[in-house]
Amino acid sequence: MTSILTAQNVTKQFGGLTAVNALNLDIAENSISSVIGPNGAGKTTFFNCITGFYAPEKGEIRFKNNRIDGLRPDQVTQMGISRTYQNIRLFANLTALENIMVGYDPHLKTGWVDAVFRTKRYHEDEKMAHEEANKLLRFVGLAGSGDQVARNLPYGAQRRLEIARALASKPNLLLLDEPTAGMNPNETGEMMRFIQNLRDSMGITILLIEHDMRLVMGISEQISVLDFGEKIAEGGPKEIQSNPRVIEAYLGRGAATEGMATASAKKS
Amino acid sequence: MNQFNWSNAVRLGLIAGIIGVLIALVGMVETFDERDIVASTLAMSWTMLFITILVAAYMSASNQTSNLLGVAGSTITGFIFSLVMCVLVFIVETFDIRQTFVNASPTLVDILTFERGMPGGFIYLIGTGTIVGALGGGIYILPEKIRRALILGFGVITFVGLMEDIIRVPMRDFPTVSDALSWMFGRGSESGLSILGATVVFVLVAGGNYLWGENQSKINASVQKMPETRQRSLRILGYGLLILVVLYLPVVLGLYLTEVVNVTGLFILMGLGLNIVVGFAGLLDLGYVAFYALGAYIIGVLTNLSGELTLALGWNYWLALPLALFGAVLFGIVLGIPVLNMRGDYLAIVTLGFGEIIRIMALSDYLKPHIGGSQGIVNIPPPEFLGVLLNKPQTLYYLIVAGCLLALFISQRLRDSRLGRSWKAMREDEDVAQAMGINLVATKLLAFATGAAFSGLSGSILAIKLGTIYPHSFALLISINVLALIIVGGLGSIPGVFVGALLLAAMPELLREFSEYRLLIYGALLVVMMQVRPEGFWPEETHKREFHEATQEAK
Repeated sequence: MTSILTAQNVTKQFGGLTAVNALNLDIAENSISSVIGPNGAGKTTFFNCITGFYAPEKGEIRFKNNRIDGLRPDQVTQMGISRTYQNIRLFANLTALENIMVGYDPHLKTGWVDAVFRTKRYHEDEKMAHEEANKLLRFVGLAGSGDQVARNLPYGAQRRLEIARALASKPNLLLLDEPTAGMNPNETGEMMRFIQNLRDSMGITILLIEHDMRLVMGISEQISVLDFGEKIAEGGPKEIQSNPRVIEAYLGRGAATEGMATASAKKS
Repeated sequence: MNQFNWSNAVRLGLIAGIIGVLIALVGMVETFDERDIVASTLAMSWTMLFITILVAAYMSASNQTSNLLGVAGSTITGFIFSLVMCVLVFIVETFDIRQTFVNASPTLVDILTFERGMPGGFIYLIGTGTIVGALGGGIYILPEKIRRALILGFGVITFVGLMEDIIRVPMRDFPTVSDALSWMFGRGSESGLSILGATVVFVLVAGGNYLWGENQSKINASVQKMPETRQRSLRILGYGLLILVVLYLPVVLGLYLTEVVNVTGLFILMGLGLNIVVGFAGLLDLGYVAFYALGAYIIGVLTNLSGELTLALGWNYWLALPLALFGAVLFGIVLGIPVLNMRGDYLAIVTLGFGEIIRIMALSDYLKPHIGGSQGIVNIPPPEFLGVLLNKPQTLYYLIVAGCLLALFISQRLRDSRLGRSWKAMREDEDVAQAMGINLVATKLLAFATGAAFSGLSGSILAIKLGTIYPHSFALLISINVLALIIVGGLGSIPGVFVGALLLAAMPELLREFSEYRLLIYGALLVVMMQVRPEGFWPEETHKREFHEATQEAK
């Protein structure tokens, strides 16, 4: 399997604090992977390094074999990476449809002159963006809410709209930062199926940050665990669940030894 | 049993009373006592006090739980107001406070007590206040349609009374109209509407509004029912009428009013530009006057004939205009580059600095040989267009209208394009906009450049309008005014720019008699507006587009 995203030795520091430390990560094409870890483990910082919001001090990030670390966020998006945010960050005063149309921006070429003189290019661009946005609205189940201002949409709809906006740029890799934060188990289940469908029907590689273990264990093919900016474990859901270092990171040392004890007791 | 909200009624009465005392002590009551809205019946001074009571009483009524309690509440509010005014009268009569409050004069007491003095006048004062308060409550409990008609009717009477000169003076050139209007206004030295005029205006406005409210949906429906071609010709007729009015306006308005329109037009032009920078793109620019100055100065340097400057090229305006616009755009980009990474307050402070730098450079001795220093540039010749010399307000008007239409056209088209969406996305959340693939550098610079071009155009017209330009014409206050007008109109709203310019540029010109109190009223209005309608008078509309496609398919 070829990898779509490779991070090598990525380090990001804020003053004296090392938020991400010598991180290596490989994301296989067309996979669903997760990054988990306790609060402050450096997961979102890592996302920000990938999307160009931060430039890492050391190491390199390659996407489809091109280096993307140090590029600007808009350049990274043009290459085919798109993201959502932990705390929803929609363009609150634009309509749902306009939000998605903004996401479609990398595929538009209309310039100042085209816009003022309504050239052929303007009409083609607008038509394409408009149709594409309507399609995505239906895809995420928001048909009929397109003219609503984003901030007036219910919470779950806002989450889905944010994903639709991220999909508008037609990414190869989609980064989802806690897509189920604040959702009830029912909605979480729906989101889980939705994410799976994204990969299966659109062939988009997905990298998640998530705290909901049911979701992580349910859909991830590969899980990487971060703690204090370092990767402490990696593997499939089963391996991760029984990894003592992971349990220690989440629940403390005592829990880890106890857990090991129960595990070995079960074995014998 | 519904509870009567005493504290609310009393509080509103006290607030209204304090406002009344303020109006009296700053001298507005005395100054405007001779200025009648309705001749020898209702003076401007009392109108202001009445409006204060009515607004407070209306609010008081709306805070009670039933209609009856509402009227009771508003009556009490009116009563408390008059008590406060009585206290004022008592203090003015008993103690000599004219040392501090120049306007606390016997005349003030006479006006407030209806020339009855203490204590008899108190009865009149309290009676009037209470009755007006009750009226305010009465207006509140009326059905909405009637209420709206009444408020509009009284509003228009006040407005027409205020604008008497402005309505009458231009009509002097049209004797028939002037004669026809003479019954409307008071005779001889009296100012204001005549009682008959006021009644007719009120009946026409209030009745018209009421009927329109009753039949609006019917009229709309019948227009909707018309065949497409009829609707279209109706629309063309409407636009045709509008164009005729716009073209004919300076002929009707005469010199002074056309001048007011021109000044407003220059502000609209700047407002449209700043609306792109601040309203669409969310880049708070406080140095916007810099581009206005630049447009004016480039025209000045290139076209002047004075011979005192090193560069007295004596170019034609039309030749210099593209250069002025180009200069403004270039400067917009040059100023834009250093502030690309700044946001919010920091951006505002740096652009504020830029605006001042331009003004101080224009003042400097170093550049004096080139641009005239504090003496400015004189002798800027008016341009000619198709044989017409654009040297008076009535001809310049057309140039300004053309400029505004161009700016309006460009604004609207940009707003509805990819660029407009990128600007708005950037305004909402810069980081996310960038993460969505928007090139922030290009998008920001295009906003600065477009805004600068409109402002430069405005400045270039100013140069030929005045014929002389001084650094003092480009003070910080212009930037602030333009910003205030787009905020009052509604940030990001194109029609809002027109509303804002009308309120903040045209009205102060028209209400010259208030000139002493202009800034006071201006400030108070802004504060009230920000409280009551923070989104502006004509807020930005969201576009309904989702089913656009579907309806087309259905056809």
